[in-house]
Amino acid sequence: MSSKHFVSGVLVLASVSALALTAQQSSTPATPPTKHAAHHKQTTQPQDEGERVFQQNCSRCHTAPEGFSPRISGTLVRHMRVRASLSQHEEEQLLHFFNP
Amino acid sequence: MLRPTLELKPRASAHAIHFFIFALAVLAIAHHGSAQDTPLISGGVGFFTSTNAGNTTYLPIIEPLLAAPLGRHVLVESRAALLESFSPKGGDQSGYDHSHFIGLTYLQGDYVASRHFTIVAGDYLIPFNTYNDRLSPIWISNFQDGPLIANLSFSSSGSGLGGMLRSNAIQRSKYSIDYNYYYSTRSANEQFGASRGSGGRASLYLPEQGLEVGLSYDRLLQGAHENFYGAHVWWEPKDTAFRLRSEFASGHHAQGYWVEADYRPRAFGGLDSAIGRIEPVFRIQQTFRRDTIVSDGLPLVNTQRADFGLDYNLPHNTRIITSYARQFSSTGNLNIWETGIVYRFLFPAWKGKQR
Repeated sequence: MSSKHFVSGVLVLASVSALALTAQQSSTPATPPTKHAAHHKQTTQPQDEGERVFQQNCSRCHTAPEGFSPRISGTLVRHMRVRASLSQHEEEQLLHFFNP
Repeated sequence: MLRPTLELKPRASAHAIHFFIFALAVLAIAHHGSAQDTPLISGGVGFFTSTNAGNTTYLPIIEPLLAAPLGRHVLVESRAALLESFSPKGGDQSGYDHSHFIGLTYLQGDYVASRHFTIVAGDYLIPFNTYNDRLSPIWISNFQDGPLIANLSFSSSGSGLGGMLRSNAIQRSKYSIDYNYYYSTRSANEQFGASRGSGGRASLYLPEQGLEVGLSYDRLLQGAHENFYGAHVWWEPKDTAFRLRSEFASGHHAQGYWVEADYRPRAFGGLDSAIGRIEPVFRIQQTFRRDTIVSDGLPLVNTQRADFGLDYNLPHNTRIITSYARQFSSTGNLNIWETGIVYRFLFPAWKGKQR
């Protein structure tokens, strides 16, 4: 592949980026990870904080699992604390987001 | 083509099973202080096909992950890969050859010592750049194949045996800085083979901009004592379903980069609508070889590759992954067609009471 082709590829990538940004100017936030979280999403500050932690750390790598048992939410959060270098405060907020 | 982390880590099945049983035993004795700390079993099960020059390879695979908290500060976690590969017989023979692979991807203990220190010990994924420790599970990857430079670090297997320090060094509302430092000892153990080396990664994350930039470095401390350098940039604009990820890696004999973009449309009923579940993916990558000395997993000649993918996120944690790739090199150009379906599972390790 010549350098001309490569430059074309980069331009296509840049165009896709620009289109995506334009299309999403007024879009809605991502789906929360659990049904429990969905019910309480709009209520209190801790949930908002937990949702922010989730979006800025967990969902940057993977989509949210559609639902899981509350019995493993603490284990999941511990796993994410190590993987995403969460602080204890963020760990607590994320746990509260999973189990409002 | 298998994922690089699987190709380059051949380990004996019997030993893998033994260590997996050991991991299960850890789960069994795990103390769970609250009803939310039940050990979990997660992972992905998938079926992939890859067609190259008219030959199709079939690959059923399962990647289970076990995680068990011990007390308030410790987590034991492990991931394994079990797969069977069916490939057409060569020459004029009809039918398929098949081979299997069972191996631990990692088995580590994590101790959260303080806000700024988490100690990891065991067989761990080397966090050189981002693909290996963040994106390699089959239920996370956008493509069936990993990037060509995925194995360009001091350990071509992608794992180290020893210890690691990791956590956030600075955390503010507008930015945070994460770090890790790892040391791996040399090991010829069949299940935990590793090279002697050390390295680290530091990354800066700007949440308002959705931007992360990071630098990686590691050094092989045996044989040729080679240095490896890496850099990554991730960008996820706020309130969008667009992601841009990129990495650059350079070794003593080769270097390369990849840039990947994916997008999910939300303007047509949200992410859970039929259209919102569609995920176009694009990746471009190049590798450059400095000399003919091969001490890494990169192609033997300069290679360019463009991947065009179309994934579909079905309900119930199931994902269809399809892609077409065109690879260019002086040894010949290739068309690679890949399809697959992956189901992600996540459940408690045992039935228990809910408080």
